[in-house]
Amino acid sequence: MEYFFELFLGGLTRGSIYALIALGYTMVYGIIELINFAHGEIYMIGAFTALIVASLLTMAGMDGMAVLALSMVVAIIYAGAYGLTIEKIAYKPLRQAPRLSPLISAIGMSIFLQNYVLLAQTSDFLPFPSLVPEFSFMEPYEHIFSSSELMIVVVTAVSMLVLTYLIKFTKMGKAMRASAQDRTMAMLAGINVNRIISTTFIIGSTLAAVGGVLIASHIGQINFYIGFIAGIKAFTAAVLGGIGSIPGAVLGSLVLGWTESFATGYVSSDYEDVFAFTLLVLILIFRPAGILGKTKTQKV
Amino acid sequence: MADKVLDVKALTKTFGGLKAVDSVDLDVKKGEIVALIGPNGAGKTTFFNCITGIYTPTGGDVMIIPPGDAPERINGLKPNKITAKGMARTFQNIRLFGNMTALENVMVGCHCRTKANIIGAIFRGPSTLREERETIQKSYDLLKEVGLTEFVNEQAKNLPYGAQRRLEIARAMATDPFLLLLDEPAAGMNPQETRDLDELITKLRVDYELSILLIEHDMKLVMNISDRIFVVDYGKKIAEGTPQEIKDNPAVIKAYLGED
Repeated sequence: MEYFFELFLGGLTRGSIYALIALGYTMVYGIIELINFAHGEIYMIGAFTALIVASLLTMAGMDGMAVLALSMVVAIIYAGAYGLTIEKIAYKPLRQAPRLSPLISAIGMSIFLQNYVLLAQTSDFLPFPSLVPEFSFMEPYEHIFSSSELMIVVVTAVSMLVLTYLIKFTKMGKAMRASAQDRTMAMLAGINVNRIISTTFIIGSTLAAVGGVLIASHIGQINFYIGFIAGIKAFTAAVLGGIGSIPGAVLGSLVLGWTESFATGYVSSDYEDVFAFTLLVLILIFRPAGILGKTKTQKV
Repeated sequence: MADKVLDVKALTKTFGGLKAVDSVDLDVKKGEIVALIGPNGAGKTTFFNCITGIYTPTGGDVMIIPPGDAPERINGLKPNKITAKGMARTFQNIRLFGNMTALENVMVGCHCRTKANIIGAIFRGPSTLREERETIQKSYDLLKEVGLTEFVNEQAKNLPYGAQRRLEIARAMATDPFLLLLDEPAAGMNPQETRDLDELITKLRVDYELSILLIEHDMKLVMNISDRIFVVDYGKKIAEGTPQEIKDNPAVIKAYLGED
């Protein structure tokens, strides 16, 4: 039973990280129907930024939560700037182009950013310091659920709540929902849709950076390629839950996290991806729009 | 009649070789209700799309003269800029934000008249909160004005058809326009709903000192409420005048009924 619980919590942690990234995919898709393949790279850049800042701060003699908080803030700002810039350079000029063009542009951006970090940093795995301190109250449970895992789950939950609040109740959230439903009409209602799209990219990038910093600190190493893998997984989670749907992205991520965790624990870690993608195929066969996705009935 | 608020000169829009709108002149004076009529495919909606920024006109000038302000040429401006300058519109096929409530739809219309930004949204200072309360109050008042208070928290897509039409008008009014463009507001309405709409439009004109330009096929409504009528056919203006003049104009009769 304890083993089950350990796998459950492990899946929850994994799912939380996927959720932080998947939200960026799903929000951008919801508003401009584009799969932003460069999104995984934002997550990776967030982790690298945090590594650099954390190293500097540690050298300067700081430690504990302050390092985590500061490197997180810098990573968020940096990743947000990257997200905004990517949108302006790679997608905005293609707003009126056929759907395939921005998709190719996104893949190009992804490859560019990977290689940019590869050249600017290194191709080796870099050790990442454990930024989350060991909480003393977690000590009895440390063997099944570590402090950094707790941190991941809590931060993710808080981010979700803030995001839900922003989207449901604020003026900006209403403008985002309006732009997602009907971009032209949103403009006619006086909404600056370009600004809303930029904001969406910034929010998505922010969440991805948070995920990147937390997971890097948990696993303890990073390289230029982590964004690609995590990005593909999070994208899968977003599709699983119903792309375009925010609760769907969270649900899809958790389902994916648990599937992987239980498959690894009860079958074999070699089969982790097999189970994850079998699940994806099955869900898409029976619910093509994803778990929470809405199937649009075409009116004839 | 008072000054002009909209002055369109020689507006032209071509799609490839097709002249959808061909040198059309049109003007709306302050407080006036002007109707734009014509057979299907005459270019009426294209004309609307050109002056609201959805299309960039191929030629001609679109000038707006906000009351008490200098005239301004708005060709090729983005729709949200034009809306912010005080021109709002509704659509022939209803384009509400279906998954949002009636109140939220109107609040979205208030967007360009409020100042709150993302920083305010996160930190929720007193000015943001006050502005939010004012937005809700204003939106509720508008819903009351168009008679939709019973549907305040209903999702827009679940509203009855006539109510959706009125909600579109309320959302357009939320942008504080001086000129309201209505694209077939009575389409699909029954006679009773059309009469209610007639009253609503007349009331809005008085209460908000609005000028209104509408496209409409319901001739009874058009003849009832319009001060002046412009008729287009095949993209060209073929007549303009008061309802009585239009009724007796042979070119108009020919366009609608054909020659024998």
